[in-house]
Amino acid sequence: MATAIKIESLSKRYRLGLTHAGSVRELANRALGRLLGRSKPFADPAAIAEADRVEDGHFWALRDVNFTINEGEVLGIIGKNGAGKSTLLKLLSRITYPTAGRVEMHGRVASLLEVGTGFHPELTGRENVYLNGTILGMTRKEVTRQLDAIVDFAGIEKFLDTPVKRYSSGMTVRLGFAVAAHLDPEILIVDEVLAVGDVEFQNRCLGKMQSVAESGKTVLFVSHNLASIRTLTSRTVVLSKGQLLFDGPTAEGVAKYVSENVVRSEHVGSLENVPRAAGSLDRQLEFVELDVESDDEGCIPSDGTFSLRMRLRAKESLEPFRVGMTVFSEDKTAVGSTFSGTLDPPNADDERVFELRSRFRLGPGRYHCAITIFNARSGGRLCHDSLDDVLPFDVSLESITERTGRGDWSPSWGFLELDALESVDN
Amino acid sequence: MAKPITIVEPPKGAFSLNLQEVWAYRDLLLLMAWRDISARFRQSVIGYGWAILRPLMTAAIFTLVFSYILKTKTEVPYPIFAFAGLMPWLYFSSTLAGVTTSIVGGAALMTKVYFPRLVLPLAKVAVGLVELGLQFLVLAGLMVLYQYAPGWQIVMLPVFVAITVVTALAFGIWLTALNVKYRDVGMAVPFLIQTWMYLCPIVYPMQMVPERFRGIYALNPMVGVIEGFRWSLLGTEAPDWTMVGISLVVMLVVLLSGLVYFRRVETTFADII
Repeated sequence: MATAIKIESLSKRYRLGLTHAGSVRELANRALGRLLGRSKPFADPAAIAEADRVEDGHFWALRDVNFTINEGEVLGIIGKNGAGKSTLLKLLSRITYPTAGRVEMHGRVASLLEVGTGFHPELTGRENVYLNGTILGMTRKEVTRQLDAIVDFAGIEKFLDTPVKRYSSGMTVRLGFAVAAHLDPEILIVDEVLAVGDVEFQNRCLGKMQSVAESGKTVLFVSHNLASIRTLTSRTVVLSKGQLLFDGPTAEGVAKYVSENVVRSEHVGSLENVPRAAGSLDRQLEFVELDVESDDEGCIPSDGTFSLRMRLRAKESLEPFRVGMTVFSEDKTAVGSTFSGTLDPPNADDERVFELRSRFRLGPGRYHCAITIFNARSGGRLCHDSLDDVLPFDVSLESITERTGRGDWSPSWGFLELDALESVDN
Repeated sequence: MAKPITIVEPPKGAFSLNLQEVWAYRDLLLLMAWRDISARFRQSVIGYGWAILRPLMTAAIFTLVFSYILKTKTEVPYPIFAFAGLMPWLYFSSTLAGVTTSIVGGAALMTKVYFPRLVLPLAKVAVGLVELGLQFLVLAGLMVLYQYAPGWQIVMLPVFVAITVVTALAFGIWLTALNVKYRDVGMAVPFLIQTWMYLCPIVYPMQMVPERFRGIYALNPMVGVIEGFRWSLLGTEAPDWTMVGISLVVMLVVLLSGLVYFRRVETTFADII
């Protein structure tokens, strides 16, 4: 099969900080900071993790990435924020140039990093279709030929001669996507454009992408939405810290991506430096260690018992607290939540280990949790500490088989195994 | 049909103007120019009337100040003298301002889609032409009013219009490329334009400039252009062709060096904008 895109040791380096001497104020600030010996008290943990990407004030947004895409293939690209997805897309779209390496693309390329690029609010829908179409690489003739189809797809016939500034945001997005959908390229590069619009429209977009994929076009699809990656693609590339972490079947890629994101306590000696996602945490009481009881393969016991051990440190003497925990499936769908009763915190400047237990009967697969500790009297408003993507665990197929008497559990059955159906004797 | 091959590589030192690519994107260029022209006066009552009203009012004020109060002597009635000089200047100044901000103003577009970056400044050059065209109609009206008929020199007018366009583009390309990295440029340009106006024979005739300074004076490419405009429209004293020559040489040097500089730095625009 012919190669559509060939990426060879592609690298992109950015300069850190200002792109040039900068403003006078900035210069003065820096000089003053040095004079007063002002420096950051704590190094940012995220920065430490990224240390290998930084080199003499330069940052490798993408480093030595290699892969090829065959004609007609639909490839998903996933990775955390900052993994290099956007940089890769920008390089492929020729918006920015690589520092090293090479990309070869065979065929007409259309890249969609945004819906409705170049829309002018004062111009009418019709005028913007022409503008947007030519910006995306069509000629005026091609737009004219496709105009009816575009308007029809967007469903805005009545508003075609109304300025776009009077459109609802949904209409604007629909019109933008409609233009893009009629580009008819041989290679289509799409960034998370599906994250906009209502559900019905999202489905229509997905449908369109599917038909594009089925028509033998080459599609590169970047998304955070693991569900749509799974629906649309069969092969996935996982980027991590600017490098290629995985290239292979989508199911494996998604699993790899998810497991990479989950913090395992044994990997981080202590949880204090793990970045917190939530904003207002007082950290008067904080997580030091978290562990879930599991066997060598990471599976929780087959009866669904979930035993959690956490070490907390208190900075002051505090009021009683409670624990809240949400279990997530591999693709980050929340499965369910549970709460503890009221617990007494450790003494000021002291640590204590708490052991908690719950039971959930889940379908086989990989799960992880988000956990929060909050002041019991505040009704959850006063949060001490909160961690996402922790306490990973697996549920083995065997444990299900034991209980259900069946050899499998279909993903379409959901995540939860409900109480057994019992016959009622009258 | 063979499939087009796109290669993405680190920018090389080798330099090419690659104007064929700009040509391939001519539809985009036209539509971008048309977008600005068309959106410019939307939702305004007077609309394109503004394109006529502004130079008319400016010419009226100039007439009041420089003709009635300061008694500036000109070969032709002062209002048409001023208006004929103002037309190329207004085009030049608004186009220069437009071209200077074109790249930074197009940041949203440049970080989302590929197209030859030269399209942005080029599109801005076309925008002011519509207004210039309307102003010619007004001048024609004024000339009828003052009973002034143009001579054969009018055939030279397109040449001077072309020189004005290219001059604005030449300086604009330099400034817009510099503005990406140094926003100071954007701050300085309005002031530059204001100062520049007084260095052009717009409110005063060229003859008022002392003979010995005229060589330096002509380094300003707009001098030859404005004199040429008046000559071809009103049949005033023919411009000093050596001065027009100097203006042309300056313009070409600025244009070519600007294109080279623009092409050299355009690969970094999206990264530093």
